Amino acid sequence: MSKKMLSMVAGMHAALGGALLLNPVWALASETAAAVPMVPATDTTAWWVWPVVLLGVTFVMGIIAVLGGVGGGVLFVPIISGFFPFHLDFVRGTGLLVALCGALAAGPGLLKLNLASLRLAIPVALIASTCAIVGAMIGLALPTNIVQTLLGVTILGIVVIMFTAKKSTVPDVKQADALSTALRITGIYTEGSTGETINWKIHRTPLGLALFIIIGVMAGMFGLGAGWANVPVLNLLMGAPLKISVATSKFLLSVTDTSAAWIYLNKGCVIPMMVAPSLVGIMLGSFVGVRLLKVAKPTFIRWMVIGILLFAGLKALQKGLGIKFF
Amino acid sequence: MATPNMNTQASEEQIVYAKILEKGMFTGLALMVITFVLYVFRIVPPMIPRYEIANYWRMPVKEYLEAINNNYLHLAHPPTGWAWIYLINKGDFLNFIPIAILSGITIMCYLVIVPTLLRKKDTAYVVMCLAEAAILTLAASGLLTAGGH
Repeated sequence: MSKKMLSMVAGMHAALGGALLLNPVWALASETAAAVPMVPATDTTAWWVWPVVLLGVTFVMGIIAVLGGVGGGVLFVPIISGFFPFHLDFVRGTGLLVALCGALAAGPGLLKLNLASLRLAIPVALIASTCAIVGAMIGLALPTNIVQTLLGVTILGIVVIMFTAKKSTVPDVKQADALSTALRITGIYTEGSTGETINWKIHRTPLGLALFIIIGVMAGMFGLGAGWANVPVLNLLMGAPLKISVATSKFLLSVTDTSAAWIYLNKGCVIPMMVAPSLVGIMLGSFVGVRLLKVAKPTFIRWMVIGILLFAGLKALQKGLGIKFF
Repeated sequence: MATPNMNTQASEEQIVYAKILEKGMFTGLALMVITFVLYVFRIVPPMIPRYEIANYWRMPVKEYLEAINNNYLHLAHPPTGWAWIYLINKGDFLNFIPIAILSGITIMCYLVIVPTLLRKKDTAYVVMCLAEAAILTLAASGLLTAGGH
């Protein structure tokens, strides 16, 4: 396994060689750069406090994210940017990695169980991940207060979607559309709670794919995962069964957020002291969440997520607009 | 043309994808823990002292990069893109290795399932997988730059 990983890393580095050679950062010039030292404001909190708190908070987020059918990033970004001392740039970069790693932790199990459909995810991911790159570039170009305000509006919009959107366990799809038929997006799964074997197909595929343009841009711009939007589109619009939608959405984040995460990573929006505790916490939480998914009753979790997001969305608006709600 | 997977079991390419994803995820997670321990316990000393980092994470990324460059790195330009590779002998930048693995494993997953899809003559999905791998590689390359603020 380690040999495979080493060869993978070596291959990736070889492919990126051109980019590396073009980067002028390799020319060390200490005499010019060191001329004007920049002195930041002093933080008196012990250096290990925030990483430890992050580890605990993200572990809980990992569990809630899987059970609530949302990406870890959608919880991480508003909560951490609202209540922790980190700048939004680093929160978004870390948020994407958090959403990505929550999906990486859950993805293999969901694929093996045939709950996540690779066949459904591949065309959707192609559109969403491309647009997430565009979103990331837009988000990093906009002023922080505008991004924070838009984030608040988006989070409150997510609350409305979660509050009002119905979910259909097994939507009634009379006939698959031409595109999904051509791509053979269909499958069979056994519903664990009833033991019933369900033969599923989807419809309205072109419209669904078009909506993933918007979802991808927003995921990249705000560093959010996009489970909040993936699930309604896959389930209510395209007609995939709820469990297939939730699982495919979770897996989908591993692709969508990868593309945007690289933009943030390359831009320097990653601080290991923030990222490592957050990733370990969310991945461990996701492992626990996947194991609870088959037996959990998600109603309470859903209401809790709505409440948390409402509070965090108002906090983001407050910070973005520079006003006080509470 | 391949027939649809009308089986409750996951398709061959889905299982292959899952196995590679799982290996990459566990490798990345294990390395994440190892490199972070090496960093926080100063087994590999960091470039930026641990007790100083809390003073920088409040800054916008552009100011942060300029500040750490001026105060610690002394490079010609702030460290963006793959600059961290040349600093992995420092504990903090060593942590970028698992982050890159976790961010890059999906590219490998897409490429690994292509032969299976080719064998099934699933041309549309071969094209989509190759396109996805190309897009993710482009994003990872650092060639796409965003404006600062």
